Amino acid sequence: MVTTPSTNDIAFVRRDMLPQQSAPASSKGIVAWLRESLFSSIPYTILTLFCIYVLYVIIPPIVSFLITNAVWSGTDRAVCATQVQGGTQPDGWFGACWAYVGDYANQFIYGRYPDEEQWRVNIVGLMFFGGLAPLLIPSAPFKRENILFMTIVFPIATLILLTGGHFSVGGLYVPLAIITVLGLVLAFMFAKLSDSDPIPRVRAVAIFFAALFVLLFILGFDFGLEEVETEVWGGLLVTLVIAVTGIAASLPLGIALALGRRSALPIVRFFSIVFIEFWRGVPLITVLFMSSVMLPLFLPEGVTFDKLLRALIGVALFSSAYMAEVVRGGLQALPKGQYEGAMALGLNWGQMMRMIILPQALKLVIPGIVNTFIGLFKDTTLVLIIGLFDFLGQIQSSFSDPTWSSPVQAMSGYAFAALTYWVFCFAMSRYSMFMERKLDTGHKR
Amino acid sequence: MAVSEAPPSGPQSADTGAPKVALLNNPEIRGWLFQIILAVLIAYLALQGWMNMNANLQAAGIASGWAFMGNNAGFAISQSLIEYSQASSTYGRVYIVGLLNTIAVAFVGIILATIIGFIVGVARLSKNWLVSRLATVYVESLRNVPLLLQIFIWYFGVLRLLPQPRDGFDFGPLGLLNNRGYFAPKPVWGEGAGYAFYAFIIGCVVAWAIGRWAYRRQMQTGQTFPSFLVGLGIIVFLPLVVFLAMGAPLTWDIPEMGGFRPRGGMTIIPEYIAMLVALSTYTASFIAEIVRAGILAVNRGQTEAANALGLRSGPTLRLVIVPQAMRIIIPPLTSQYLNLTKNSSLAVAIAYPELTSVFAGTALNQTGQAVEIILLTMLTYLAISLLTSLFMNWYNNRVALVER
Repeated sequence: MVTTPSTNDIAFVRRDMLPQQSAPASSKGIVAWLRESLFSSIPYTILTLFCIYVLYVIIPPIVSFLITNAVWSGTDRAVCATQVQGGTQPDGWFGACWAYVGDYANQFIYGRYPDEEQWRVNIVGLMFFGGLAPLLIPSAPFKRENILFMTIVFPIATLILLTGGHFSVGGLYVPLAIITVLGLVLAFMFAKLSDSDPIPRVRAVAIFFAALFVLLFILGFDFGLEEVETEVWGGLLVTLVIAVTGIAASLPLGIALALGRRSALPIVRFFSIVFIEFWRGVPLITVLFMSSVMLPLFLPEGVTFDKLLRALIGVALFSSAYMAEVVRGGLQALPKGQYEGAMALGLNWGQMMRMIILPQALKLVIPGIVNTFIGLFKDTTLVLIIGLFDFLGQIQSSFSDPTWSSPVQAMSGYAFAALTYWVFCFAMSRYSMFMERKLDTGHKR
Repeated sequence: MAVSEAPPSGPQSADTGAPKVALLNNPEIRGWLFQIILAVLIAYLALQGWMNMNANLQAAGIASGWAFMGNNAGFAISQSLIEYSQASSTYGRVYIVGLLNTIAVAFVGIILATIIGFIVGVARLSKNWLVSRLATVYVESLRNVPLLLQIFIWYFGVLRLLPQPRDGFDFGPLGLLNNRGYFAPKPVWGEGAGYAFYAFIIGCVVAWAIGRWAYRRQMQTGQTFPSFLVGLGIIVFLPLVVFLAMGAPLTWDIPEMGGFRPRGGMTIIPEYIAMLVALSTYTASFIAEIVRAGILAVNRGQTEAANALGLRSGPTLRLVIVPQAMRIIIPPLTSQYLNLTKNSSLAVAIAYPELTSVFAGTALNQTGQAVEIILLTMLTYLAISLLTSLFMNWYNNRVALVER
């Protein structure tokens, strides 16, 4: 029989609380951390020791090459070569030649862009980073104005500043005028045929063509800037031009393709799928080959693009296919109710996409877009294979300069390139992760 | 743009007697109108391009067509898996040599990238602080640097800086390493070696049969059988026994220095090594992230449930976690394999003789048949991509979750 023992049977009951004591030394502080995360068991200890050995093998040579043995100033190859190689360094010396990188820094950034015109590149750079930064910071004000600036003012200003403007567009006014008249008539007829008020439609078309005329005028206007051919562009300038233009052109094209792929119209869907799968299935380098040797064949006689523009077309087509898949992911992630709700409100397809679906879908895929951009930024290096001088291409071409030629020159150049690319890409990937966390509102379905 | 996802709505269809609506407002008619305009536009552009191309080719005096594939190529290729000679081989042969070299680097690269990627991915999840940090550093440093730059670093920065053959590294029976490449020992199979190979095939079949039998018995009776170990034993020992019984008919052709260049053995050219190392380490950094995400995505409850059922940590991982993680891992893994294959075309920058380099590069420069060569190259990559995704989709369907 079980009875509950009365309190009298218990020999000892503590009446007053003991003061709190700190945790045992073995379970807190550096010792505990070491024990738990590095030496918790024999296999772990072996693993840790192995890692320490790996670090011991890797780190000292890297540090000595990049920092302690590196040469920071000098005027020619003598400072970066050992005595046997005709320099001043002791035998067995192996370090980075930052003096050479410093000497070439201007070329690595601007290419062979004329020195006295480089302020134009600087202004473009200021506009780009100055306009982009507030766009990327979610809490910064004036988003709408900023977007208008970046999508309308910035591209036109960049085009004129970098090339010099004053394009020969005189012959385009007449064809554009004919197309304008045609467009106005079509808009009017379309409105009449569909029993709606023709005035807003005609007005929209008129505004569109008026804007085109203004654009044409600006492109043809002589701002007094000296022409700088794309032949002499190079370095980081070309890398950024290709990456930014590629992503900017691929965004609208990618959205159109993504919508086309999800469309109920069979012909539209077919073309979208074929386009997307084709570009996704081939390597970028063959696309660049195609745009540099095959594209000119498809153009009518007399029409020529310069090399940079051809590469840009190839890159834009290629990345639009990837962008389309990213956007499609966003479209598919939206709950069906959003589509049904929009339809129930009586919105037509264009309104539904513009006002309900795309704003939500694009917001969802911002991290994906940034990741595509990182990929594109890295892929711009491929243009050096078709003979353009991007950042890496410029570095590669500087190796042929006898002033600085030494056994460490290539390694120094590559190390500098790797660090630069790494900083850009790492920053972007962190930003993408930051946005991902910010956008993850926990309403996932 | 026209209508797509909305079904034709009620009041607009003609037969309901609702208010008459203009023809253009009928979504179906609008849709077809839009599609016809699009199709006509694309057809027009294609036709224009075709006509321009013909005119341009004629002006340049280039005959279109595939006749050039039978012409003599007349250039040397530094690595070839099949017989190729500068004097007599055709452009068609060049294409095949290039394709095989692409496959040679992509196939081995995929295997290496998978191994490294899985190790690093698991290491990133390790509770050992140092191990997970090292894995993180590996991933973050490799995937944020362009692949082409990494290829250059491996090729120009490492392999080309190796000593001349005369002062190169000599690993004794393991071969030689110098700036001409890695000279590996080459197996020379003697008489009777074929039997060992047959024994290997028989071993594989037997192991497979044992696996099936063990599975069926476990399903019926619940009794387990160490089919993996037994199968492995059969696959290893059966050929080994036959091999020894035949008197070990294998000798190694070990390369050695002779005069100016190494003699004997198999030559693995430095371009191949650079491509292989760069491709596999770069892709591995992406695979590692995929593996990590896949393992993290498996619900913790699965581990707890497996423990509650009495499974030890090994079987928990093998039978519960990994099969579920694989479902998440496989689709992105496929696209990484495809990326690796497509990225092998970067070899053109260091002149490793793969498809893009010898065919879309050298052959194109010599013949000027831009349209045919670029098209064939692109279609080849497209075919490889589609075949790989087909195979991976088939595998994915096999392991995919069967939902009710």
